[in-house]
Amino acid sequence: MADMIEVDGKQYAVDEEGYLANLNEWVPGIAGVMAKQDNLELTDEHWDIINFLREYYEEYQIAPAVRVLTKAVGKKLGKEKGNSKYLYSLFPYGPAKQACRFAGLPKPTGCV
Amino acid sequence: MSEVVKKFMYLNRKAPYGTIYAWESLEVVLVGAAFDQDVSVMFVDDGVYQLTKAQDTKEIGMKNFSPTYRTLGDYEIKKVYVDRDSLAARGLTQDDLVAIAWEDMETEEEVDNIVEVIDSARVSALMNESAAIFSF
Amino acid sequence: MSILHTVNKSPFERNSLESCLKFATPGASVLLFEDGIYAALSGTRIEPQVAAALDQITIHVLGPDLRARGFSPERLIAGISVVDYAGFVDLAAEHDVVQAWL
Repeated sequence: MADMIEVDGKQYAVDEEGYLANLNEWVPGIAGVMAKQDNLELTDEHWDIINFLREYYEEYQIAPAVRVLTKAVGKKLGKEKGNSKYLYSLFPYGPAKQACRFAGLPKPTGCV
Repeated sequence: MSEVVKKFMYLNRKAPYGTIYAWESLEVVLVGAAFDQDVSVMFVDDGVYQLTKAQDTKEIGMKNFSPTYRTLGDYEIKKVYVDRDSLAARGLTQDDLVAIAWEDMETEEEVDNIVEVIDSARVSALMNESAAIFSF
Repeated sequence: MSILHTVNKSPFERNSLESCLKFATPGASVLLFEDGIYAALSGTRIEPQVAAALDQITIHVLGPDLRARGFSPERLIAGISVVDYAGFVDLAAEHDVVQAWL
């Protein structure tokens, strides 16, 4: 049985770890609701990473592992953001796992 | 993390989509990349078809995982080899294959394409150097 | 009686195509799909075998499987035609028997 989350009156199926079942269904409101469940308020800095992850998935068809994310963020958004301290400050449950979940992506490949 | 770095080879011999081997291998390679070993990814026989450019799976209803090979560089894998004889037997050249870029963030060393087409003697030598070969 | 032979395995990995071409008789049709499409490409080690067979039999290749694997019709051996899923169904309907070389 799939779990559901409700966003703007619509139901979306998620897997047992809370990842969106169908990534094509993603709307920005889903990230907001998931963040609220994690007691987070999304800022522009969070959205930079969420949008970055969606673009990364679009191009490579994969949700990157945390160190790959760190490296790629550094390349794209600047070295001051491409470090795990900064990313963990935004996403305390793990920048790849939590941000990928907010972005509607599957659990990152290579997270062990 | 293990303290001794070992040479691991992932040996890919199957075409994509017809069987699950190619995708399973790619997933294992990406997960295994977290362990900081000396990894090489080898494509021989029908495995060379995994790297062809312009794959478009819309009409067969399967996930197109060919773009994912281009992330191997991001996963710190720097050794990707293709057997020259396997390419030639299939009427293919390196131009038919995707390019995989690699960059060291610290030193800013960049390689535009780490995919290397090698002869069979070199394939054998690399196999002989490996502490383990994972075959798909 | 006419037969449609189908081959979905790579000619470099299995002998499905080889057996198919051995037993197919003049007038038969062959449809290459899934990993079988690799047999339809020009410049391969087995092109001479396939090209020779075209004198006696017609060979088709399934477009969606060709495109999934990164190849366009320009890469095909001359004389091989591309069909879509509906064309596959038509071929099956036009022949008395379908023999799948698994």
